[in-house]
Amino acid sequence: MAKEIIKIENLKRYFKVGDETVKALRGVSFTIYEGEFVTIMGTSGSGKSTLLNTLGCLDTPSSGEYLLDGIPVKGMGKNERARIRNRKIGFIFQNYNLLPKTTALENVELPLLYNPAVGARERAERAEKCLREVGLGERLMHKSNQMSGGQQQRVAIARALVNNPVIILADEATGNLDTRTSFSILTLFQKLYKEGKTIIFVTHNPEIAMYSSRNIMLRDGHIVSDEYNSDIKSAEEVFKSLPADTD
Amino acid sequence: MNIHNLLKIALKALNNNKMRCFLTMLGVIIGVGAVIAMLAIGQGSKNSIKAQISEMGSNMIMIFPGAERRGGVRQSSDDMQTLKPSDYEALVNQASTIANITPTVNGSGQWINGNNNYPSQAQGVNTQYLDIRQRKVAQGEMFTEEDVKRAAKVCVVGKTLVENLFPDGTDPIGKVVRFGSIPMTIIGVLDEKGYNTMGQDQDDLALVPYTTVMKRVLATDYLQGIQASAINEDLTDETINEITEILRTQHKLRDGEEDNFTIRSMQELAEMISSTSSMMTVLLAAVAGISLLVGGIGIMNIMIVSVTERTREIGLRMSIGATGRDIMMQFLIEAIIISVTGGVIGILTGALATWMISFFAHWPVQIDVAAVILSFVVCTAIGIIFGFYPAAKASNLDPIEAIRYE
Repeated sequence: MAKEIIKIENLKRYFKVGDETVKALRGVSFTIYEGEFVTIMGTSGSGKSTLLNTLGCLDTPSSGEYLLDGIPVKGMGKNERARIRNRKIGFIFQNYNLLPKTTALENVELPLLYNPAVGARERAERAEKCLREVGLGERLMHKSNQMSGGQQQRVAIARALVNNPVIILADEATGNLDTRTSFSILTLFQKLYKEGKTIIFVTHNPEIAMYSSRNIMLRDGHIVSDEYNSDIKSAEEVFKSLPADTD
Repeated sequence: MNIHNLLKIALKALNNNKMRCFLTMLGVIIGVGAVIAMLAIGQGSKNSIKAQISEMGSNMIMIFPGAERRGGVRQSSDDMQTLKPSDYEALVNQASTIANITPTVNGSGQWINGNNNYPSQAQGVNTQYLDIRQRKVAQGEMFTEEDVKRAAKVCVVGKTLVENLFPDGTDPIGKVVRFGSIPMTIIGVLDEKGYNTMGQDQDDLALVPYTTVMKRVLATDYLQGIQASAINEDLTDETINEITEILRTQHKLRDGEEDNFTIRSMQELAEMISSTSSMMTVLLAAVAGISLLVGGIGIMNIMIVSVTERTREIGLRMSIGATGRDIMMQFLIEAIIISVTGGVIGILTGALATWMISFFAHWPVQIDVAAVILSFVVCTAIGIIFGFYPAAKASNLDPIEAIRYE
């Protein structure tokens, strides 16, 4: 039996907006095991953003249990959650969120800067290794504003890998990219999946479910379906079939 | 998060915004530079006043006829007739703490040598005047006690007078010039002293035996004043008391009756002048301090803008593991770097400005080490104080909202 990376039970998250209570999550339970590539899908308002924030330890549930790598997150203080984000989670955002005017290497080093256990040399070595892994070995010193969207997202993925997280959380990671670049990024995700990384990919694009190993559908704060995908399509093949941009 | 990493992050952020960073710094630079320069000017003028006063003789005591009276009409002390040569003699004979003493009687008039003439004074003094005022005869010699006794028509003149009476550079010693209608033989020339703090030409004078001025120039029996020096500076107060006692006895003043003379000491004058100059210094430094404060507010302003502008960056840093404290320290360190760097450049600018003032305007200046240390400390404090609010604001951001901030 594979290791339980994420285990949530009857997770609820309510927000108070004025006099009304908005129920973003109304009791969600699932377990994600090591080495899974899970897509969480849902329309806007389905509660997927709230779920992502909670899984990413940015937010705390109103009720229910959340174990990340066996550690109960509920009831943790701000600083403890910052620490757990730093050590256990890799974030990838829709708009990359790289530091401007900063080199790829420095961007990737960033999470390690907040980890006093990692020295300057180890930091640079690990960052470089991760950049090679995402195919940017030749662009270590390129600044973020000198790179294309796809390259920027690769830097962001390298940044998410650099702290050896137990889980990679991607939020609409291909949302800002054209189809071809999207598939190149998806190819990268599939490569990481094959290497045994655990990935959660939140999106509203139903197409992407075909390339993951498991798909969870959310609607109105409930899980409506949770299905394993036995026929994972290769994003690389699609990528190769798409014509290169020759304009 | 260690301090080295924090410094690295802060420097990187500042480096990304060089122009803005420099302009923010400029406020601090100007503020600190102004404080340093103003204090240097203040300290310099204070020092030069002190030096000049001690050159004039810091143990000097001046006695004027007439009482100092507040309110009511006061006559010019020159016209008051309460000090007599007998008072002078009594002081000479009875006072034990006086080192040197001279009567003073000044006559104004025109000094004439052939075609050249110059309006000045004939200062009637005795031979001890030179010791009291710490002057020397550079050329020729001082008149003697004997000259004083017989009211000799001799004089010792200052450089300014020599230049005006002998523009062709003739040696003035032994020459006979006229003061008004009285012929006087020049027997000595005083050393050159230049202008004093009050802007008086200290070389524009001629010393004449006081008896000569009393008998031949003014035809008066009274003295315009007496100048004395205490044996040393610390005895000044004692000497003043002694003189007061002797003069009251001389003038047969009963207890409760007001003094009909006034005693001033150089110390008093020194304190008065230096307190005026201290006040000016404080005033100038206060104005400069305000500009430093404005510079500090500039830092706060820019930091607030910077926090808003970098909300996404803050959100990202938080989501990858920065604690509120890390964020707070980052922005605080940025503010401190701006203020301290500005402070150091400001100190250098201030020193340069000070040097330029002394070089081009020839003002006396002195950079006080205490002022430099103080401005440095104030700068750091300004960085912390004005950086704190924006930094706290940044650290309190919610990462969920910050990361999606547009």
